[in-house]
Amino acid sequence: MPGKTVVDARGSFCPGPLMELIAALKSCQVGDELEVLSTDRGSANDIPEWVRKVGHEHLATHVEAGVWHITVRKAK
Amino acid sequence: MKILIVGGGMGGTILANNLARRLNGELKSGGARITMLSASDKHMYQPGLLYLAVGRMTPDELYRDQAGLLEPGIEFHVDPAEEFQLDHNRVKTKSGKLYDYDTLVIATGSRMYPEGIPGLAEHAETFYTEASALKMFKRLQEFQGGRVVIAVGVPHKCPMAPLEITFMLHDYFKDRGLGDKVQLHYTYPINRIHSLENVAKWAAPEFDRLGIAYETFFNIKEVDGKNQILRSEEGAEIKYDLLIAIPAHKGMEVIEKNGLGQNGWIPTDRQKLNMEGRKNVFVLGDTTNIPISKAGSTAHFEADTLGENIAAMVKMGTPVRDYDGKVFCFIEAGKDRATYAMFNYQNPPDPKAPTKAVHWFKMAYNKLYWVSARGLL
Repeated sequence: MPGKTVVDARGSFCPGPLMELIAALKSCQVGDELEVLSTDRGSANDIPEWVRKVGHEHLATHVEAGVWHITVRKAK
Repeated sequence: MKILIVGGGMGGTILANNLARRLNGELKSGGARITMLSASDKHMYQPGLLYLAVGRMTPDELYRDQAGLLEPGIEFHVDPAEEFQLDHNRVKTKSGKLYDYDTLVIATGSRMYPEGIPGLAEHAETFYTEASALKMFKRLQEFQGGRVVIAVGVPHKCPMAPLEITFMLHDYFKDRGLGDKVQLHYTYPINRIHSLENVAKWAAPEFDRLGIAYETFFNIKEVDGKNQILRSEEGAEIKYDLLIAIPAHKGMEVIEKNGLGQNGWIPTDRQKLNMEGRKNVFVLGDTTNIPISKAGSTAHFEADTLGENIAAMVKMGTPVRDYDGKVFCFIEAGKDRATYAMFNYQNPPDPKAPTKAVHWFKMAYNKLYWVSARGLL
């Protein structure tokens, strides 16, 4: 049963939300969903761009109280 | 209060010394007791490995006796923890002894894990241990020209290491008169050459000026050692003559074995530094899962906060402040220039152009570290 992992990267400048996502993906199974929480506006562009390039799925992005929630699915 | 510190690296050592000073009276009266457990009787200055790998330090410069770094009154045992019995407030060690505590601090650190990528451990040079850094330096000495590829895994200790080793390799080969025969090819996992945007903005023109090629969105998938090809998750391939890797890291095995955190990273409150769900267990440095740099300075500033808080808990029954995410990293930009990045949870860094003065400050810090470890700086 695929699970959902929250990657709480709020306040992370280094290594940053995308790096946190890349690290977290290694521990997940194909089909798992990951929701990245980020206070960095750039992540809203960087993460979907990387996800597409690698071949995972970008499911959704929304902003709530200054926090970007970016949901992706591990596809391979 | 019985305080047990597991781990004799930078975080554990600074914390132990900080606490011993703050609780001097309580240690004498029996109101507090500080015990440290470590896997080694030696303390390594890990940032020195970068210099060892390019022949700018020797192994003996990296070490001091751990016992000699600790304030009198700290009980020190070379007896690594094997079982964390958190429900019973005790830790069992390799020797079979049980150590009770009122407050536990886990600061066991992290380790490179090249075995996670097919071919990486066998075919790449690394510099995260004394043996691997020495081996890398010997390879560099034999190298007469070709493409040197720098590959970066995530997460890794010392976020500045990929840039620093690249700049230092540039100067190393230039000094040997091989500048025209060596092509440096830097790769990085995200869409710029460093995770910190301002650092990437500074470093990219430096790479351009020095003729260092770079490729972004490059996550290591596998190494084909027979054909000397590095492949990425994104589908790219690079031929190399010499492969230098900053491998992905994991926390220590004992953390995973005890089920304290996936991949050896313990879920930790980012302000209070306690292990999630445990009020009397704190976590320091690389061992946390906090999304900030795995760096000595992180452990240092966390230890300062925790030292104040644990001492205040002994004296007043309550902690006094939160950790604000402070990190300070020097960035060597070659053999004789450096800059730095300082930031916290709220404020990003803004590194300036490298100078010789900052480089010499870093050289001085390489010696001053031993004062830092004693909790004096």
